[in-house]
Amino acid sequence: MALLSKKDTNLILDPLADNNPITIQVLGICSALAITAELKASVVMAVSVMFVLAMGNVAISLLRNVIPSKIRIIVQLVVVATLVIIVDQVLKAFAYELSKTLSVFVGLIITNCIIMGRFEAFALGNGPWKSFLDGIGNAAGYGIILVIVGFFRELLGSGTLFGFKVLGDPVTKTGLYSIGYENNGFMIIPPAALIVVGIIIWVQRSRNRSLIEEA
Amino acid sequence: MIEHLELFFKSIFIDNMVFAVFLGMCSYLAVSKKVSTAVGLGAAVIFVLGVTVPLNWLLDQYLLKDGALVWLGPEYADYNLSFLSFILFIATIATMVQLVEIVVEKFSPSLYNSLGIFLPLIAVNCAILGGSLFMQAREIPNLGLALNYGVSSGIGWFLAILAIAAIREKIRYSNVPAPLRGLGITFIITGLMGIGFQSFGGMLTGDNEPPEEPTATTTVAKEEKEIKKELEDKEKTVSYNEVINK
Repeated sequence: MALLSKKDTNLILDPLADNNPITIQVLGICSALAITAELKASVVMAVSVMFVLAMGNVAISLLRNVIPSKIRIIVQLVVVATLVIIVDQVLKAFAYELSKTLSVFVGLIITNCIIMGRFEAFALGNGPWKSFLDGIGNAAGYGIILVIVGFFRELLGSGTLFGFKVLGDPVTKTGLYSIGYENNGFMIIPPAALIVVGIIIWVQRSRNRSLIEEA
Repeated sequence: MIEHLELFFKSIFIDNMVFAVFLGMCSYLAVSKKVSTAVGLGAAVIFVLGVTVPLNWLLDQYLLKDGALVWLGPEYADYNLSFLSFILFIATIATMVQLVEIVVEKFSPSLYNSLGIFLPLIAVNCAILGGSLFMQAREIPNLGLALNYGVSSGIGWFLAILAIAAIREKIRYSNVPAPLRGLGITFIITGLMGIGFQSFGGMLTGDNEPPEEPTATTTVAKEEKEIKKELEDKEKTVSYNEVINK
């Protein structure tokens, strides 16, 4: 018996493209944009969200028959907050510099709409294993957009990737800079993230025209 | 007085919740199709921020901060419970939202009808928790300023959602490329508005700019500063030109 049935595979693959949490479901944009000026921060954010979402989905799915529906929001918030505290403490212990860069945005994973959205829409009605896969899939879909945005913003804005100067040194004029290339400072300021995501949506919907919204 | 005014303008324009730190984007995008609903949600956000930020300030000051428990007695002086702040802040917010909903429903059914449906949405709005977390991170010194910060960040958010809702109502009559319709164009407009709001950046610095912080600013932040300086220089040259022309 295969570990993943076809349905299970779809749970992971769907959110990566045609049902992407950011570009299609419009969830989790809040924290997605503010930290994407550097690729490293984007990757760490994506991994943290994946941990919180997968574990939280499992926990909620295990508790789904016990939680009274009236107070489910508060129960969900407590589960997420606990997991986020774990992430925050781990980051502070092992990657202090990075946790300073992310600052309050680690805490804001709690109110990341993807997490509440998936709890409500999936974990409350499905078993733990499926919920786990759904969590991984959706967090990966979120992470992909984060990494794409982070890649373009860091490459075009600072000419680096993960802090390595891939385009040469702008001060000593090596690499691309020797033929007059300049960094685009516009990509570093916050509004650029919105425009990059807008362009990703544009490209995605041009390729798959069934996603186009009615005006 | 002057510090209140400064914080007020700073939170509305310079550190605008939506354009500078992208908080509350989910509801900002989802509820901005009509001006009337946008106004309802915006008002609810101002109100809830105005209540929860001061409350969480009290919690932070007397319970969570390093050494905050000293009022219990000197032996509690070296307790630091700040790792609990996420869970306490979100619990306060969820409880307050529920409480406000019940109170409003009881005493003002008309207000409840216009505002009530948005209240549950707000418990998970990043702008609300973000307000409390930024209040903690920026170490706002007293309760009055915390209240000011909550209300003025709320007003900033309100302005942003009002503006985008008005633009979205009008843009229905424009010929937007099909794949950009709806979400895509909203993102790009928000980006453009954000660039506009960036120009408020120099508003409060004036002449007495504080000396540059020696802390380890990332290269990114440094370059951002350089760009800002360049822009300021350009503005200066423009005004010189005007003077010369006159």
